[in-house]
Amino acid sequence: MGPAIRIEGVTKRFGSVLALGGIDLEVAQGEFFGLLGPNGAGKTTLISALAGLVRPDAGRLAVMGHDVASDYRAARRLLGVVPQELVFDPFFTVRETLRIQSGYFGIHDNSDWIGEILENLDLTEKANTNMRQLSGGMKRRVLVAQALVHRPSVIVLDEPTAGVDVELRQALWGFIRRLNRDGHTIVLTTHYLEEAESLCGRIAMLKQGRIVALDTTANLLQRFSGHSLRLRLGAGTALPESLRARVSAGPGGEHVLALGSCGEIELALACLREAGCSVEDIEIGKPDLEEVFLRVMERG
Amino acid sequence: MGGFATLLYKEVLRFWKVSFQTVAAPILTALLFLLIFSHVLERHVRVYENVSYTSFLLPGLAMMSLLQNAFANSSSSLIQSKVTGNIIFMLLPPISYAQFFAAFVLAAIARGIVVGLGVLLATLWLVDLPWQAPLWILAFALLGGAIMGAMGVVAGIWAEKFDQLAAFQNFIIMPLTFLSGVFYSIHSLPPFWQQVSHFNPIFYMIDGFRHGFFGVSDVSPWTSLGVVSGCFAALTLFTLWLLRIGYKLRA
Ligand SMILES: Nc1ncnc2c1ncn2[C@@H]1O[C@H](COP(=O)(O)OP(=O)(O)O)[C@@H](O)[C@H]1O
Ligand SMILES: [Mg+2]
Repeated sequence: MGPAIRIEGVTKRFGSVLALGGIDLEVAQGEFFGLLGPNGAGKTTLISALAGLVRPDAGRLAVMGHDVASDYRAARRLLGVVPQELVFDPFFTVRETLRIQSGYFGIHDNSDWIGEILENLDLTEKANTNMRQLSGGMKRRVLVAQALVHRPSVIVLDEPTAGVDVELRQALWGFIRRLNRDGHTIVLTTHYLEEAESLCGRIAMLKQGRIVALDTTANLLQRFSGHSLRLRLGAGTALPESLRARVSAGPGGEHVLALGSCGEIELALACLREAGCSVEDIEIGKPDLEEVFLRVMERG
Repeated sequence: MGGFATLLYKEVLRFWKVSFQTVAAPILTALLFLLIFSHVLERHVRVYENVSYTSFLLPGLAMMSLLQNAFANSSSSLIQSKVTGNIIFMLLPPISYAQFFAAFVLAAIARGIVVGLGVLLATLWLVDLPWQAPLWILAFALLGGAIMGAMGVVAGIWAEKFDQLAAFQNFIIMPLTFLSGVFYSIHSLPPFWQQVSHFNPIFYMIDGFRHGFFGVSDVSPWTSLGVVSGCFAALTLFTLWLLRIGYKLRA
């Protein structure tokens, strides 16, 4: 079984801006993959190159083994893209929009699947509403629905939850998870790192058009983040000498002690007790993707 | 077929849903032209023997409306889709370049013919037209609509803003249509301007179209057919090439 997505040596320049500086990446079939990076890192450009909306200056891209340039029709049939921009055609209702989108893929009788998508995205009531009259969140749902009309093997979502309420985020991720379990490959970009952490099995981090980290989410968390101990000491107590080197200042003035493993908690507590420190508050910090992201971006 | 049928359907639906502006308004404009010009010139101008000026003018006006609306259909649809960004919905699916082109051009022809036919039907009771050679009428209506539809595709791809499209319309399409013999026979022009008119493809569309009604024209309808077909072929190749290289559509 070949990869769902293969990207080899892709570069793209817009004038003097190097949007993609040589990207190599493979996403296996069935993966839930995250593409993270600050604004301007090149995520949308990479997705656009995959969708044939942007022509790379060098390199090749393929969807399910079909080259996006030489075999574009097969590649596009297998790819569904939810664009980042909130775009819509004001001439049509939600259902018309989805029928037309199906027709573009050569599917002329799609009402069952359209009904199912509408149901899952909580759009059934709005099916006959004109696109113009929908709120931003509703328009976003239609964008997701449009990307799914042709049941693509590979689904790419470019910041689908930007400006979307919590309720839809839950519903959307429930639906996308189900599609993933059914075998669809999912690629996601988002600024909500907790979302990526809970959904994505593997993550690539982009910075200035280059991949600066690529690993499973678990490995990234382990490598760049870890458990920590957050301590607030009583007034007039100082940290024991033995811990000082491994402690940094937390955002609320507390001490943050990085732990190599959970077993180190006991040792740390023993140190505190021996030094006679009074501890007012104590909390165990879990590894999180936000920290990984910040570290990788600093380093990369 | 793939996406072609749907893209064509969508492009037709798009103008049909707002047919008050896209069909009724241009028919009314043409009728106003007819009313005023025929009132002013009927007794002063005679182009062909046995053809009143009003009869002479009507096919030209119908064709001019057809051409302008064919151009307007594809160009305005494309620029709107580009400006609002929803063109992405047509660029993501597996629609081939030829299908994309054909759908826009056919929808443009459809709107052009609906408007042109509307002008003729609205004046049936007013003006007597002989309809001598309907096949010529049909051939030039289709080819003229196709050329202007293709020009609209080119303009819609090229323009990035509405005012650029307006400039294209005002500085290229309008002069070419008004200086094509809609309101006069080019034989009434000084020799130099007669020569210049022969470089205007729209002159041949109007002249050939008019031949279908009266059986007389400034040049042979076969010459017009040759010129118009040649223009369409060249424009088709050019537009397909633009689409293939992704000019302004795929960065
Ligand atoms: N069509 C374009 N023309 C010019 N510059 C562009 C274009 N698209 C993207 N860029 C530039 O390329 C870089 C990457 O942008 P983008 O891929 O949108 O980043 P991201 O999606 O990660 O925020 C940015 O510096 C952006 O300004
Ligand atoms: Mg982006």
